[in-house]
Amino acid sequence: MINSMLMWVIVAAPDGGEPSFSIAKMMAIIVSAIFINNYVLSRFLGICPFLGVSKQLDSAVGMGAAVVFVMVLATLGSWLVYHNVLVPNGMEYLRTITFIIIIASLVQLVEMILQKFSPALYDALGIFLPLITTNCAILGVAVLNIDDKYSLGYSLINSVAAGIGFTLALVLMAGLRERMETANVPEALKGLPLAFLIAGAMSIAFLGFAGLGG
Amino acid sequence: MFKQALGMCPFLAVTTSVENALGMGAAATFVLVFSNFLVSLFRKVIPAKVRIPSYIVIIATFVTLVDLLMNAYLPALHQSLGIFIPLIVVNCIILGRAEGFANKNKVLPSIVDGVGMGFGFTLAMVIMATFREILGNGSWLGFNLLGESYQNQPMLIAILAPGAFILMAFILGFFNIMEKRKRGGAK
Repeated sequence: MINSMLMWVIVAAPDGGEPSFSIAKMMAIIVSAIFINNYVLSRFLGICPFLGVSKQLDSAVGMGAAVVFVMVLATLGSWLVYHNVLVPNGMEYLRTITFIIIIASLVQLVEMILQKFSPALYDALGIFLPLITTNCAILGVAVLNIDDKYSLGYSLINSVAAGIGFTLALVLMAGLRERMETANVPEALKGLPLAFLIAGAMSIAFLGFAGLGG
Repeated sequence: MFKQALGMCPFLAVTTSVENALGMGAAATFVLVFSNFLVSLFRKVIPAKVRIPSYIVIIATFVTLVDLLMNAYLPALHQSLGIFIPLIVVNCIILGRAEGFANKNKVLPSIVDGVGMGFGFTLAMVIMATFREILGNGSWLGFNLLGESYQNQPMLIAILAPGAFILMAFILGFFNIMEKRKRGGAK
C-alpha cells in the first residue's frame, strides 16, 4: 500500500493528469541526457567547471561526484517547491530566483552536513562544493525538468543521467588533457585554446550518438 | 572578455546567429548595469558574510525582469534563447563584477563599469556569431551573403556544438598571437 502510494507520488504527472511510467521513456531520458544531449558537449551547460577542473583526473572524478550529488538534491528540492508552492500560488515567474536560492542553500547545507558527519568525503568533495553554486548545469537541469514537464520520477532520473553525462565528459577531457600537456603544439594554441579544440573533437564524437534517440 | 574565459556557457550556446548574440548581449548588459547599480548602492548595508547570496538574489531579480520583458515584447527571441535567459543568473561575469568592482566602488563608476563590461561581452559574442552564422548559414543578421548555392550546402558544423568549440579555440589562439606580437613590439 505504502509502496504503491509512493510510486504514485513519484510518477504523478505535474499537471494533475493520470500517472504514467514507462521503462522505454526512462531509457530514452537516460540515453538522451548522457549521450545525445550531453549537457556539456551539446548544450553548453557547465563549461566553466568543465574547463577549470579538467586538468587532473582525480579532481575531475571528485567534481563529477559532487555534481551528481547536488544535481539530484537540487532537482528534488526545486521540483517540489515549484509544483507545491509556486504553481498553486500562481508565482511561476519567481522560478529563477527560487531555484537559485534553493541551490545555493542546498550546497551550503550539504557542505555543513558533510563536514560534520563524513570528514573523509568532505575532504574529497569539499573544495568543489562552493564552485557548484555557479555551475549552470545544475540550474539548467532544474529549469529544463520544469520546461519539459517531467514528473518527479523522470526529473530525478534525468538529473542523475545528466550528472553522469557531465562526469563522463569531464573525466574524458581530463584524461585527454593530461596527455596533451606533454604534446608538442603550436605556441599560440597552448592551454585554453587547445582545451577548446579537444572539446570540439569530443563534441563531434558525441554527435555520432544523435541518431540513437530518434 | 576572450582572455578571461568567463561566461562561457551562454557565449558558446547563443552565438549561432548574430541576432541571438545581440539579444543575449542586451539582456546581459541590462542585468549587469542594474545589478552593479544596486550592489554598489547597498555595499555598506550588506554584511560581508552574506554578500554572495545577496548578490545572487539581486541578480536573479533583474534576470526575472528581463525574462518577463523579453517574453512580452520579443517572444521569438525569447524562444530561441530559451533556457539561457534564466541562466544569466549563474553567468560568472555578472557575479564577478558585482564582487570585484561594484562592491568596492561608488554608484556611478559601477554603472559605467556595467555598461562597459556589457558592451565588451556583446561585442565578443557578435564577433563569434559573425563567424558562425556566415560559415554555417551563409548569412549575417539574416541577410543572405553567400548566395543560394552556399545556403543549400552550408558548413553546418559551424552552427552545431563542435563548431563553437573549435572556432573558440582559433579565436583564443589568434588573441594569443596578437598579445605576443604586442609584447614583442614593446620590448
